[in-house]
Amino acid sequence: MIDVNRKGEVWVFAEQEDGKLSDIALELCGKARELADHVGVKMAAVLPGTSVRGLTDELIAHGADKVYVVEDRRLEHYQTQPYARVICSLVEKHKPQIVVYGASAIGRDLAPRVASALRAGLTADCTDLDIADVRDAASGVTHKNLLLQIRPAFGGNIIATIVNPQRWPQMATVREGVMAMPEPDPKRGGEVVEEEVEFQELDFAVKLIERHREPHTVNLKGARTIAAGGGGVGSKEGFRVIHELAAAMGGAVGASRAAVDSGYVNKAHQVGQTGTTVRPALYIAAGISGTVQHRAGMEESAKIVAINDDPEAPILSVAHYGIVGDLNQIIPMMIRAIKERPKE
Amino acid sequence: MAYDCIVCVKQVPDTAHVTAEAMTPEGTVNRAALPAIFNPEDLHALEVALSVRDEYGGSVTVISMGPPKAADVLREALYRGADRAVLLTDRRAAASDTLATSYIISRAIRTLGKYDLVFCGRQAIDGDTAQVGPQTAEKLGIPQVTYLERIESVTDGVARMRRNVGNGWEVVEVKMPVLVTVLDTANEPRPPAAKRSTKYKRSRTRLELGAEVKAEMPDVSKEKAEVEIERRAETLRSRGLMIDTWNLDDIDADLSWCGLNGSPTKVHRIQAIVLTKEGYTEIPPTEEGIRRLVHELIVDHTLG
Repeated sequence: MIDVNRKGEVWVFAEQEDGKLSDIALELCGKARELADHVGVKMAAVLPGTSVRGLTDELIAHGADKVYVVEDRRLEHYQTQPYARVICSLVEKHKPQIVVYGASAIGRDLAPRVASALRAGLTADCTDLDIADVRDAASGVTHKNLLLQIRPAFGGNIIATIVNPQRWPQMATVREGVMAMPEPDPKRGGEVVEEEVEFQELDFAVKLIERHREPHTVNLKGARTIAAGGGGVGSKEGFRVIHELAAAMGGAVGASRAAVDSGYVNKAHQVGQTGTTVRPALYIAAGISGTVQHRAGMEESAKIVAINDDPEAPILSVAHYGIVGDLNQIIPMMIRAIKERPKE
Repeated sequence: MAYDCIVCVKQVPDTAHVTAEAMTPEGTVNRAALPAIFNPEDLHALEVALSVRDEYGGSVTVISMGPPKAADVLREALYRGADRAVLLTDRRAAASDTLATSYIISRAIRTLGKYDLVFCGRQAIDGDTAQVGPQTAEKLGIPQVTYLERIESVTDGVARMRRNVGNGWEVVEVKMPVLVTVLDTANEPRPPAAKRSTKYKRSRTRLELGAEVKAEMPDVSKEKAEVEIERRAETLRSRGLMIDTWNLDDIDADLSWCGLNGSPTKVHRIQAIVLTKEGYTEIPPTEEGIRRLVHELIVDHTLG
C-alpha cells in the first residue's frame, strides 16, 4: 500500500502477447489519458516482456506520456508472479495514483495478486471510470479527485460505484471492448524509461510446459454489424437464418448464452457478461429474451433491433426498434430488403 | 502419495435465475427473495479435489465464510464426499471486500495446518470478481494457477495442470502447495450420494444446535441450555457429524485487516437497474414494415 499521492501518475498495464499489444491495453490508454488530464498528471504505460521496446511508439501514439519498459528474457510469456513483481516494484518506486488493467484472462490473474501484495483496493470488471470529489458521509471529509470505479454487480442487476479513499494506488480492471479505442496520433511525443526489477527464484515457481493459442476465428469486437440469435431460434438448423442475415449485412454472428448452451453455435460467438462485450453500429437480436447478462454485453450498440415473439421480452427495453413476431418469417424479409437496397 | 486438499466455497444468491417473484414493482431485483445456492464454479472446484483424493488418497476439507446459514453449502459438500467442513462466521467480518476476505480465508487455511492443494471456483456469481482466489494465494505466499481445465497428473508433489486462457490453453507444472481456481468446464460435479446425504443431513454447527435447543426447550435456563447443547455436540462429534465453526479469534486474525476496517474499497453508490418498457419504435412484421426499417438504417448510415 502507498499513501495518497496527488502528484502520482495514471498507469496502464500494457498487456502484450507474442510481441503484439492487446486491444484492451490501447483502449485503456484512451481512458487513462482522459483521467490523467482530469487530475493534471502524466499518463504512463508499464510494459514488461522480452524484446518489447518496439511497442513503445504504439502506446505513446495512443496517449501515453511515458512508457516504463522492463525487459527480461524470463518475461517472454506472461506468468503471474514475475509480472506481479514488476508492477509492485514500480508502484513502490514511482507511487502512481491510479493503475488500470484489462479485465482479460491475464489482467484478472495479475491485478488481484498485485492488490494483495500492495494491500491496495481493486475493483473488477469496470465498465466505466471517472474522476470526482467524494464526500464521506460518516466523517464529513471530502476526498478530492477520486477514481470512480463503475461496474455491474449482482449478476448485472445493479450498478455499483466503488472508491478507494485512503489506500492507494486506486486500481481497477476494465472490461474489454467497453472503452472506445482512441485514434492513434503517430506525431505524439513520449518518454521511454528503462527499469530494472530484481526477481526472486520463487517468482518462477510455475513452469510453462506447453502453450497453445487459437487464432481469432470470430471477430465480434471488430464487427460493424452483428446478427445475434438466442434460445428462441430453436435449433442448430434454425440458426442458419442468423448466419444468412449476418452474411447479407457483411457482419458477424453473435449469440446469447442460451443459444451457446443449447449447442446452436459455438462459444466464440457468445455476447454478454461471460462472453464478448460488443458495441457495433447495428445489433440485431433475434429470439433473445435479453437477460441482464446478455444486455450488459451489447446495450452500448449504436442501434439495436430486437425480433421476438414475446412483446414482454426484456430485450425490448434496450432496443431502438422492436419487431414482435416469428423470426423465421421476419429474418428472410429482412435479408430480401437488405439485398434489394439500391447500390450506390 | 496422498494429498490434503482444501476447497473454499461460497453460498450465493442465485443471480442467474431472477424470477418474476424476485422483482420489485419498480423493476429492480429484491436480493433477499433470491434462493441461496452453492456457488456454481465452487462445485467444480470441489469435484477436482474429490477426484484428486479418489485417485491419490488424502483428504478434502471444505471451508466457507459467510453467515450461519452458509452451513447449508457445507452440508451439501459433505453429501458429495468432503471429509470435513469448517464454517467461518463472525459479525466482525461483515462488509469485508475481496482483500479482507482473502486475508480471513488465508488465516483459516493456516489454522488448518498442512495442505497441498487449495481449490476455489474461478469466481462467485454475486460479485463476479475472480479476485479472492489469487489474493488468498498471495496471502499464503504460494503460487496460483487460475482457470484450471484439468489436472493432468500429480507426481512427487508436483502438479501438472492445463489451464484455459480464453484464446488458447497452457500446461503448467508447479510444486505444491499451490492454489488453483477452477472453471465450470473442468468436470461434471458428482451428485450428492444418497447414503452420505442420509448421514450428513444430521450434521450441525454449534449455532444450529443452539437454535434447536432454544426452540425445543424455550423455558430452560441459559446454563441448562448450554449443557444440553454441549451434550448434543458431543454426540454428533463422536459420529463425525459436527461442522466446526470458527470466528476471527479462532483463526488468530488481526482485526485491522478484517471487515470494513480491512477493506480499502468502499461502495460509493448503488444503482438498481430498472427495466423500462418504453422508448423503442415498433416495426410491424410485414414486408413493407421491414423494408422501411432497412431503408431507415441505410439512410442513417447504420447499414453501409
